Parts: sequence; C-alpha cells; structure tokens
Amino acid sequence: MELSGTEIIVECLKQEKIKVIFGIPGAAIMPLYDTFGKYEPLPFKNILTRHEQGAVHAADGYARATGEVGVCVVTSGPGATNLVTGLANAHMDSVPLVAFTGQVPTALVGNDAFQEVDITGITLPITKHNYIARKVGDLASIIKEAFYIARTGRPGPVLIDIPKDIQLAKGNFNYPEKINRKGYNPSYRGHIKQIKSAAMKIMEAKKPVIISGGGVINANAVPELMKIVIKTNIPVVNTFMGLGSFPTNHHLFLGMLGMYGQYTANQLVSNADLIIALGTRFDDRITGNLNQFCPQADIIHIDIDPAEIGKNISIKIPIVGDLKNILQQLNNFIGGKEHNLWLQELQEIRAKDPVSREDNDPLLHSRFIMKALNELFKGEAIIVTDVGQHQMWAAHYTRVNYPRHFISSGGLGAMGFGLPAAIGTKIGCPHKTVICISGDGGFQMNIQELATAIYNRLSIIVILMNNGYLGMVRQLQELFYDKRYVSTLLAGNPDFVKIVEAYGGIGFRVDKQEDFFPTLEKASRKNQFVLIDCHIPAEENIFPLVKPDSSINQMIGVD
Amino acid sequence: MKHTIAILVEDLPGVMARVAGLFTRRGFNIESIAVGHSEIPGISRMTIIVSGDEKVLEQIIKQLNKLIDVIRVRDIPAENIIERELVLVRVHVDSLPIRSEIIQLVEIFKAKVVFVERNTMTIEMSGDEEKVGGFLNLLKPFGIREIVRTGRIAITRSSKNGLKV
Repeated sequence: MELSGTEIIVECLKQEKIKVIFGIPGAAIMPLYDTFGKYEPLPFKNILTRHEQGAVHAADGYARATGEVGVCVVTSGPGATNLVTGLANAHMDSVPLVAFTGQVPTALVGNDAFQEVDITGITLPITKHNYIARKVGDLASIIKEAFYIARTGRPGPVLIDIPKDIQLAKGNFNYPEKINRKGYNPSYRGHIKQIKSAAMKIMEAKKPVIISGGGVINANAVPELMKIVIKTNIPVVNTFMGLGSFPTNHHLFLGMLGMYGQYTANQLVSNADLIIALGTRFDDRITGNLNQFCPQADIIHIDIDPAEIGKNISIKIPIVGDLKNILQQLNNFIGGKEHNLWLQELQEIRAKDPVSREDNDPLLHSRFIMKALNELFKGEAIIVTDVGQHQMWAAHYTRVNYPRHFISSGGLGAMGFGLPAAIGTKIGCPHKTVICISGDGGFQMNIQELATAIYNRLSIIVILMNNGYLGMVRQLQELFYDKRYVSTLLAGNPDFVKIVEAYGGIGFRVDKQEDFFPTLEKASRKNQFVLIDCHIPAEENIFPLVKPDSSINQMIGVD
Repeated sequence: MKHTIAILVEDLPGVMARVAGLFTRRGFNIESIAVGHSEIPGISRMTIIVSGDEKVLEQIIKQLNKLIDVIRVRDIPAENIIERELVLVRVHVDSLPIRSEIIQLVEIFKAKVVFVERNTMTIEMSGDEEKVGGFLNLLKPFGIREIVRTGRIAITRSSKNGLKV
C-alpha cells in the first residue's frame, strides 16, 4: 500500500496505540498537520499548546503519570529548539518521549535555509537517541525503533527529524514487527550469583537502609519493594525521583534523602552499615560530599543502566537488570528480619526531625498548605510541581502513597515545568484529582499554557505559592550571599486571579490561614480549572538543608 | 595511563559525532580517534586512544556501550596489541648530501619516499608510536614542512581476543 510520509507517521502512531500528541504546527511540519486534518476520525487527540516547551513538558507529564510514551510534534528551527529544555528534562529523569520535528526539505538541509537548524546535532547529548529520516521508506522502521528505544531499558527521549519532502513523498507502509539493533540489548535479568550474594549481605546487615529511586517506579517494581520491606523490616528512604515508590505514611518510611532531604533520612543513611540502592544514580543532590557519603556502609546497587554503577561512588555488589525481576528473585533468597535495635535508633533520630514537628505558626505558610492538601485529598491526588522552594515543601510534606503520583522535574530542575506537566497529567489521568503546586517565578515561565488547560476544560487545581520572590534563590542569597537580594524580587507580578479569569478560568486569592481550607474545598467542587493564589510569607525558607559540599548528615536548620 | 579502545559501530551518518561528542561532554581526554570500514558490510571499526585511570576507563566503556549505534567496546591491554599509525611528512631538502642522508633514514625505518621536488621530499611511514616518533625526531633537524598523521589504529595479536560482532 502506497502512503505519503505523513500518512505513514499517523499509521505508526496508531500501531503504537498513541492516545494523545502535543504540539504546534509550523511551515516544515505542515504536511503532517494537514494529514491530521484529513483523518476521519484522527486516531489520537491532538492538543495545541501555546509554546513548544509547553508541548514537550506536557508530553513528559503525560508519560510520567501514565507510564506510556509521551509524544510531541513541532516544526523545524525555532519550534525544534524550543524543545531543548523539555528534552533535557526528560533525559535527566529517564522519561520515555518521542518528539517529531519538521525539517526543511532535504535539498536545503545544510544550506542555512529559513527555519533550518541541525536539531539532531543540538539534541545529541540530551536524547537517548535521535534520527533524521532521509528516505520515506525508512520512516516506519525509524518510528518503530524510536518508540522501542524510548520505552525499553532505561527510558528516555528520542527525537525524529523529518524533512518536508520526506513527509510528502510516497512509500510503502510496512510496520516492522521486530527491532534488530545489534548495539541495543538492555539486560533485564540480573546476575544470579550477585543476587544471591546481595541476599546474604542483606541478611547479615545490622543497620540496612533501602534507597528507593525513580527506577523503582519506571520498572513498576513498587509491589516487589513493599514485599521485601514487609519481610525484612528495612527502613526506606526515597530519592526525589523515587517519591511515590513507597507510601509516605508507612512507618518504615524515613523521608527524602539529600541536600534538601529530611533529617531522619540523611542521618539513617549516614549511620547505615548496608545501603540497598534501587534505580538511583547517586546524583550530587543526593550524596552531598561524596567522600563522606555513608562511610560505614557497603552498597548494593541495582540499576538497569550499567553506566550508572560505579559512576559516582564505589559499589560492593552491582546488579544490572530490571528491578521488578531482580527484586522478585531477591525476595526468594531472603528471610524475615526484625531489626528492633535499628528501628529504635530510627525513632530516636526521628524525634529530632523538624519536618515531623508540629508548629503553631499562624501565618499562611507552606507546611500548613501542604498539610491541608493531605487532609482534603488523603494522598489520592496526583501532585505535579514546578521547581523551587514550593517543590521541596511539597516533597517534604505532601502525602504520596502511590507511584506516578508525584510529578516533578528532578535532575534538570526546569522552572516552567509545572503547569504544562499538569496538563499532560490531567489528560493522561482524567479521573484523578490533579494538583499543580507552583511558585510565582516558575508559573510565569510557561503561563501561556493557561490557555491550553482552560480551553481543553482541564480541571486542574493550581496552588500558587506566591511569595513575590524567586524564593529558592532568595534563600540561597540569604544563607550564603550575605543577604544581597539581587534580581530575586519579582517586582511587577500581575494579579494572578485576574490573569486566570482573563483566560476563562477561576481564581481565588488567599492571604490568611483560616481561608485556605474552605477555598480549597470550594475549588475541589468546581470541576474546572482553578488557581488559588496563596500569599505566603516572603521570608519562609526550606529547612533543613545541607550546605553544598558538606556531608549529608550535617544539616542546617535542625534546631 | 593511556588506553587503546577498540569499538565496533554501525556505519551510519553521525556516528563519529556521537562518539566524539560523548568524550567531550563527559570530560574524557581523547588523544586520537581513527575510523574505517571493517570486514563486515555496514559495520566500522574505531580505535580510540584515551588517557585516564581505571575508573575513567570503566565509565568511558560503559558510556560508549550506551550509544545505540555502538555494537561492541573493548579496552585492549597493551601486551595484546599491534598498533600502527600512518604518517606523511614533507621535509626540507636543500642539498644532495642531505637528500642521500634522508634516503638512508628512509631505508633504516622501512619508510617510503612518495614524492620528490627540488627542495622537498615527501615520505610515507607507518609504525607504532615509538617508531613514528623516532623517525620524525630524526627528520626534525632537516626542517619539517608538514606532517599529516592518521591517528593510531590497533588490532589484537591473537584472533581469539579479537573484537567480533
């Protein structure tokens, strides 16, 4: 059957059972959008965002929330370069994405044509792989391969650049059934000898801690992790990306680890004699000073990406493979443990943890807001955050009981992620309550996506933590730059309620603590897009924290 | 420590950029990179000389293995290796005695004169790093006009250690 390149793309997306794409048309991708217009019906939803960065973040949020591959479609040149932040973001956090970019016709490639850019060259270091389609006959196999690479092994973003003439050319459509790339064979089965010696180590350990990372969520290994914890009573800390891999209200949950982590988690990891690290890459925000990172502990590291093992710290027992698989096997080799003494030590440390302390601050502050969210939504809502102080407050205080219920930009820390990611999340999980926690800084980095959300009738609740500052930077200026507040005061902020209303949504402003809960309740009943502009104290900081280059057990702001 | 890394890659556009880019962006020190067709259609062999300790080497190999177009990567131990580099060198020749002196050197080093002008000779020479270095050092006093080197290529001594698909 002869099809045009663009028809081949649509047929491939159909084969991949893609339900939604996010994007913006432009000259070099016009043939594809034109084909969308001819399909009756189009086999997937086509969401127009207001900026390409919005499209890629939305696709990212969709992928994180659903576990499926997110798809975005943009034009050449500026359309393509606007994807850069989003691709880097997905790459750092191992999110499966496929991005289609239009390209100038093959005859013009390399000539500095209008809206031409070497997007495969630009995205080389921020994609898992990328392609430029040079023949219409290659399109189907490239797309098949792209989706396969994006979702298998360690997931990641894949970009496909398609020149305009290739979109228009005719070719045979044959969707390949199998992929055969000699250089791509992710290993799923762990080495059995290593698994056995890991089990032995676990049974011998007196002070073991499990570090559960984003890989646990990606591998859908949450039940397997829980089984092991129930059997062995080993306490669990989460990395930031691992939030949701273990219920935050479980008595063996210690909190988040790292620079902005929680006191209990950092102390326990520092005192441990065995670390069982699952699907984490020992980012510097996790380890603090590498030389002082859990000095007494042997480390078992399980990860699907062999390059992560030994990259930052030396590992006693490395196991490469699929976490679900390996934890299942590991479970067969370990027996029950009590760890009473160790858990007693945990209780003593926890008593000093400022995060678990009650406070009677009457102002509308972060903890109060997060706790109100817990009270109303009982850990059932999906929390999407932007980047900044509010993100860390959310990580500390919101209850996250399920995987894929805490969606946030981890590795890249891309401000502007929150709103578009919440759009992708809501489209992926229409029956879930989606809460977007954002700051006044980050929110304005993709504020135009209000149109996308409201036009598509997405009932998202935005909690805007408005302190009139780039809060996280302001805090760093306060602590480490002698309080010289340069370029962090967000003078000229708009009236966010009016902004949201102008787009057709609902806005509330809250200044006082007692008004927050009733407003939140009201917002949750609206079943529409609602923004709650929360005016929080400008000076509120995120504590405790670890000074850069310090050991993670030396935390500022504990007392 | 210098290491010789042998790589098999799919012969696709941009592979060289992917491999070289990886070294730059991860801060690995690359000394020489050479690539050419292998005995298998569609697959090329690369030889990369890098310096770094064992830890760096391990990361380089792991990161290279992550590239989709890379099929195999191996660090070849020095004792197990045959290395060659091809060099073309144009040397200044201003008198007949000097010409014969250079021709003597060419014979000793089993090099080859490939082009002669009134004032220069162009010589082709191949060998391991030491031999190439020694030869160029001896030519230096005559006045070297131009040097073009291929970078090193390497093959294992024994077929049982060879890098296969």
